[in-house]
Amino acid sequence: MRRLTAGLTLAFVLAAGPALAVKPDEQLADPAQEARALTLGKELRCVVCQNQSIDDSDAALARDLRLILRERIAAGDTDEQAIDFIVARYGSFVQLRPPLRADTVALWFGPLAVLILGGVGAALYIRSRRPAAATGLTAEEEAEVAEVLNSDRAR
Amino acid sequence: MSAEVGQFALILALLLSAVQTVAPLYGAHRGDGVLMAVGRQAAILQGVFVSVAFACLIHGYVTCDFSMALVAQHSHTTQPLAYRIAASWGSHEGSMLLWVLILAIYGAGVAGFGGTLRETLQARVLGVQGVLGLAFLSFLIFTSNPFLRLSPAPVEGTELNPLLQDPGLVLHPPLLYLGYVGFSVAFCFAVAALLEGRVDAAWARWIRPWVLAAWAPLTAGITLGSGWAYYELGWGGWWFWDPVENASLMPWLLGTALLHSALVLERRGALASWTILLAILTFSLSLVGTFLVRSGILTSVHAFAVDPQRGVYILGILAATTGVSLALYAWRAPALRAGALFQPVSREGGVTLNNLFLTALTATVFLGTFSPVFIEMLNGDKISVGPPYYNRTFAPLAVPLMMLVVFGPMLNWKRDEAKRVLQRVRIPAILAGVALILAVALGGLDHLLAAGGIALGAWLLFGSLAVLVRRWWAGRAYLVRSILTTPRAVVGLVIAHAGLGMLVIGVTGTTAWDSEKVLNMRPGQTIEFAGRSLTMIALETVRGPNYEARQARFSVEDRFGPYRFRSERRFYPSAQSQTTEAAIRVGFTGNFYVSIGEESPGGIVVRMWSHPLIVWIWIGGFAMSIGGLVSLSDRRLRVGAAVRAPLPAAPQPLPAE
Amino acid sequence: MKRLLFLAPVAVFGVLLVVFFLGLGRDPRSLPSVFIGKTLPEFAAPAVRPGDVGLSRADLNGGDPVLLNVFASWCGPCRVEHPVFMRLRAEGVPIHGLDWKEDAEAGYRWLQENGDPYIRVGSDPAGRVGIELGVAGVPETFVIDKQGRVRYRHVGAVTPDVWERKLRPMMEDLRREP
Repeated sequence: MRRLTAGLTLAFVLAAGPALAVKPDEQLADPAQEARALTLGKELRCVVCQNQSIDDSDAALARDLRLILRERIAAGDTDEQAIDFIVARYGSFVQLRPPLRADTVALWFGPLAVLILGGVGAALYIRSRRPAAATGLTAEEEAEVAEVLNSDRAR
Repeated sequence: MSAEVGQFALILALLLSAVQTVAPLYGAHRGDGVLMAVGRQAAILQGVFVSVAFACLIHGYVTCDFSMALVAQHSHTTQPLAYRIAASWGSHEGSMLLWVLILAIYGAGVAGFGGTLRETLQARVLGVQGVLGLAFLSFLIFTSNPFLRLSPAPVEGTELNPLLQDPGLVLHPPLLYLGYVGFSVAFCFAVAALLEGRVDAAWARWIRPWVLAAWAPLTAGITLGSGWAYYELGWGGWWFWDPVENASLMPWLLGTALLHSALVLERRGALASWTILLAILTFSLSLVGTFLVRSGILTSVHAFAVDPQRGVYILGILAATTGVSLALYAWRAPALRAGALFQPVSREGGVTLNNLFLTALTATVFLGTFSPVFIEMLNGDKISVGPPYYNRTFAPLAVPLMMLVVFGPMLNWKRDEAKRVLQRVRIPAILAGVALILAVALGGLDHLLAAGGIALGAWLLFGSLAVLVRRWWAGRAYLVRSILTTPRAVVGLVIAHAGLGMLVIGVTGTTAWDSEKVLNMRPGQTIEFAGRSLTMIALETVRGPNYEARQARFSVEDRFGPYRFRSERRFYPSAQSQTTEAAIRVGFTGNFYVSIGEESPGGIVVRMWSHPLIVWIWIGGFAMSIGGLVSLSDRRLRVGAAVRAPLPAAPQPLPAE
Repeated sequence: MKRLLFLAPVAVFGVLLVVFFLGLGRDPRSLPSVFIGKTLPEFAAPAVRPGDVGLSRADLNGGDPVLLNVFASWCGPCRVEHPVFMRLRAEGVPIHGLDWKEDAEAGYRWLQENGDPYIRVGSDPAGRVGIELGVAGVPETFVIDKQGRVRYRHVGAVTPDVWERKLRPMMEDLRREP
């Protein structure tokens, strides 16, 4: 019985079919608004499909959401308001760009942290392995060394 | 018969892998040459038996032996022969058998070509490799047996998922697995070095060809997969930041870092423990990818059978391999000696920066892929991480890295001077500046970012070629000789770095300047789009060997002249599924991509895209892979010749500092 | 200090392993409703049965825990769960229905043929009410407590198994709540 349930749930989910999204009859007449809708559509995840934006999905629900998105835009919503409208109903799961919150700080700033920590680590490593010269020759001393070396090479 | 032979061969291979684990490890510990030789024989024989098993599976598919459960599940008599063969690795069980086959072949390779390797090191590498064989063969036999029989045998099988019936399936998985599994050799070398407690230039020289041998096919496999998704999924995307794609990108990024750091270890004896860590992590990420793809922990647009039970087993393998090796690392690595001096402005300094950025990029992909799991565990909230996240985090790290790529090969080992290095890159810099001005002139100031991308591509392209030009210019007195004596490793480097430049140009072109149009069309109608004029000539139903399709035929006029092409929506009755076959006109300046959708009284939905320069993404990807292969063919790296070959005896035509 | 640095990889990996193991139990497709612990937003759906009153939010805080089932006659799994709801109705479990994305006539015909387990049924031909409720597809079943707050949403068919193991215990608990 459990398997049947799993099977049914799957059938329900996969009903989406291959992708071919925004249909001609959905588009807004105003090209600027339509362009905004297209940009926003790429940031919203289709809830019933595997891993697609509502713009890329053929699912009926994706179409409904595209239409609602366009309705909100035509009604004068800002991009943010239009996204919030859908998030309020389907949760932050629909945002392909996760919002910056306490629990997503690591996600957004983790890469930078790795870069900085790694950079500090690499700098310390290089310092510890620098030839003795790194412990500090003055400019005059450096020049002197260079001179000696040059004269040496010239010979 | 063949299923039983295959089953038996697999069991023998499992027993041999146990021998391959115990004999050489114990032999190396005792210094017993006979036991170590037993390990080599076991590895070679294991390769033979797994090959036999694989041949048996293919035989079952070719002869349509539906009494084999796996064949019945993924093959149909109307399925073309090439796809019946490729179906061998189109299923979970079959692809695991392919995985084990490649593992066994690499193992036999280490045993067969490792003649000049220090005997105890080779024995330990084989022993560790035996553990991997043991783990994966028992995974295969006990949880995913490909040779189960069906009784009674069905008269007809279930067709392979039509999305997979594509030339892509024939090459994509084998190439990816050559990469994933290939990194296992570097992993085994790393663990063996930890066991031995020593790592030296010879060790680094040994793992570099194996890393290259994994990296080059992985690069090709990812490129191919991207191209496959582009034409098959029907909406013209080439990279989706999907978990399954990320699973292949992570080992690639870290493997690229490994490729470079091993060079430093070989030439300068530095970065030893870091290189070992990279080798462990690169293969571990391959395993994590396998886990991710097969356990169902995340959802993906790409087809794959998932099963949490198998996930537990793969997790067990991960714990036993990565967990144990990292524990060993914590214990033994601090004692590893690597005493070379290190100047910040030097080739090795450049590689350190390269590794830093590649590690941060890997972290980006890792965080993006797995944070939905972490966050749900933390507070039960479901989040999604999609392309908008990666565009904001991956690109800002990738761009500086690519700006640095050109400097790497221009730097001298040991020490260099910043001023002189800048001097060396002035011509590529000027050319990149020219590209920037041209791109702004053509694309307008609105596309400043895109112009920057094109300039970056040109910088990479010219900067890489400059390595060769400088070399040949310095030896211009004997031009032919200096061209002929250019080490293949240098040629490979230039091709790979130039490939990266082409990739950047392709990505920039298609991201900045693509355009699309959707409309209802009827036969006879003509539409103007992106400098092309498209006419639908006919719309009809056609039949293929195992499908029926609605087919739209078009004629197109563009500035290169007229041509025709067709777009289909296929229905596969025995699999009860649909696929979209887009019409694609490929060109160096841009692709024209047309796919059809639903029909209504108003006509059929036609979606068209113009993808400027997109083909350079794949040309660049394959160039990188070819660069890897050319580098692999370098005499200095050729396995066996490596140990005795002296360090760069190649003429140093560059003027000494 | 230096040793700690070398221990870091294995420590991080250990944490990862635990997360992966626990993560295996989770279903990446399941999506909890955003209204868990909250009342549903205002909505009013016209009647499916001719001459009836339809369904609105006011019907959902009648003082008793109720089920709200989103269904459609064109949906396969709905046929599987329908007999379960018929039985529950006979046992006295209050169920409301929302007929999603079809004309009221089609839904009404279906209820006539297969039996009508619902107290109130609303019609949502355009799926707009469904979107207000965060419905992603059919069938979906909301469990609503005495105060009218959503406590759980089941996605997919309510099979006898799902009812016995998940929903029935939940409904019994809710009934005992003050």
